[in-house]
Amino acid sequence: MAVTLRLPTVLAKAAGGSTVHQARGATVGEVVSEVASRFPELGPRLRDGKGEPYPYVIFYLEDEDIRFQQGFATPVADGAEIVVVPAIAGG
Amino acid sequence: MPTGRPTSELPSLSQEEILRYSRHLILPEVGVEGQRRLRDARILMVGAGGLGSPIGLYLAAAGVGRLGIVEFDRVDLTNLQRQVLHGTKDVGRKKLESARERIQDLNPHVEVVAHDAWLTSENALDIVRQYDLVVDGTDNFATRYLVNDACVLTGKPNVYGSIYRFEGQSTVFCTSDGPCYRCLYPEPPPPGLVPSCAEGGVLGILPGLVGLIQATEAVKLVTGIGQPLVGRLLLVDALGMQFRTVKLRRHPRCPACGTRELTALVDYQQFCGVGREEPTDDVPVMTVSELAARRRRNADLDLVDVREPHEWEIGRIDGARLAPLSSFADALRTLDSARDVVVYCKSGGRSARAVRQLRAAGFRRVWNLEGGILRWSEEIDPTVPRY
Repeated sequence: MAVTLRLPTVLAKAAGGSTVHQARGATVGEVVSEVASRFPELGPRLRDGKGEPYPYVIFYLEDEDIRFQQGFATPVADGAEIVVVPAIAGG
Repeated sequence: MPTGRPTSELPSLSQEEILRYSRHLILPEVGVEGQRRLRDARILMVGAGGLGSPIGLYLAAAGVGRLGIVEFDRVDLTNLQRQVLHGTKDVGRKKLESARERIQDLNPHVEVVAHDAWLTSENALDIVRQYDLVVDGTDNFATRYLVNDACVLTGKPNVYGSIYRFEGQSTVFCTSDGPCYRCLYPEPPPPGLVPSCAEGGVLGILPGLVGLIQATEAVKLVTGIGQPLVGRLLLVDALGMQFRTVKLRRHPRCPACGTRELTALVDYQQFCGVGREEPTDDVPVMTVSELAARRRRNADLDLVDVREPHEWEIGRIDGARLAPLSSFADALRTLDSARDVVVYCKSGGRSARAVRQLRAAGFRRVWNLEGGILRWSEEIDPTVPRY
């Protein structure tokens, strides 16, 4: 199943310069893993050493926070879109 | 539901005010009552910088009665690329003074209350209590958690905005039924992971965009019109020029607005790990004057600049060579451990990491240039531009 993973521009450099990535996977975690496997620098920016999401990098599947679903185990449908929203503090 | 007092208790408008606000008054959604609500509103701006500039200007123009500003900083030349509340003549002045002057010129009906301090756990509740709502235009995680918790504890809405490089976020936190900042981000990133705008840069227009979204939400909350940005996080992407909203939910286990176990303000520097940055005791340093002396003696040394190529373009120390920290592992192979190596960056942080990498690779005669190129410009060669 092809899913779109959208990164903020701040992570683009760690992801080959692109913010939009297509990947396959049955869950959010699998999609994240697939994209991270292509870009070794990106993985640690998206999940911790145990493979879990950080409390300051939030994943939205179809604009819904995956923490209120099944986290990285949340199933994704073909054509779904995952948006990554890290905490920023500039003002 | 608008914030503030019952209609009968709202202040009336003078003839001059009626004329001044006529484009509001002829909007039936705002009308005389909405304008009187704005006149009666007490809004606290935390920060008069990038976000605070458009917020302050437009809230003043809109006729907000009392505008509190918490700010302790002075105007710096590097602020003027985006902080339109301040002008070139204000460089070196307190931002509070230039903000007050500009706002009073724009609208003398606005009462500007200057809080000449940093917002802290000691003063935040007392300050926030004096207002109907807070607009967060701060620039660091510690103050953002502080603003959030003060708003939760005092029951004041927090109109949030934050920016970084080309992207921004905005929402309204801490309403009676909506989520708070801790529901979204329960913990801050470790210090140093997310660079500040001073370190990472910001498109000057971006705080204008995001600050005006915050100002819009503040006006909507005061007048009670429209659908407030509650339970939705607006993501602004200036490069793609895309606006997107994702859903925010109140977290039942949020210690601030959920379980309410957070009953007082805490130490936010500690909460955000400020001061727990990597220790640099293990990194040998060289002062800029020592480097200058060695260069005068024509001492053999390899001067390595670990900044990024776009920073190198701004200016560099003569005789240096570029080896960005982001790809330092490759550059490491080109360095000779038998020579003296001096490493610099903008102000010394990245170069300390490079020195640590070099020492781990067996280099013994390696130093971090203390204060980086900024210190070099200040103390040795003023022709090197500061940025």
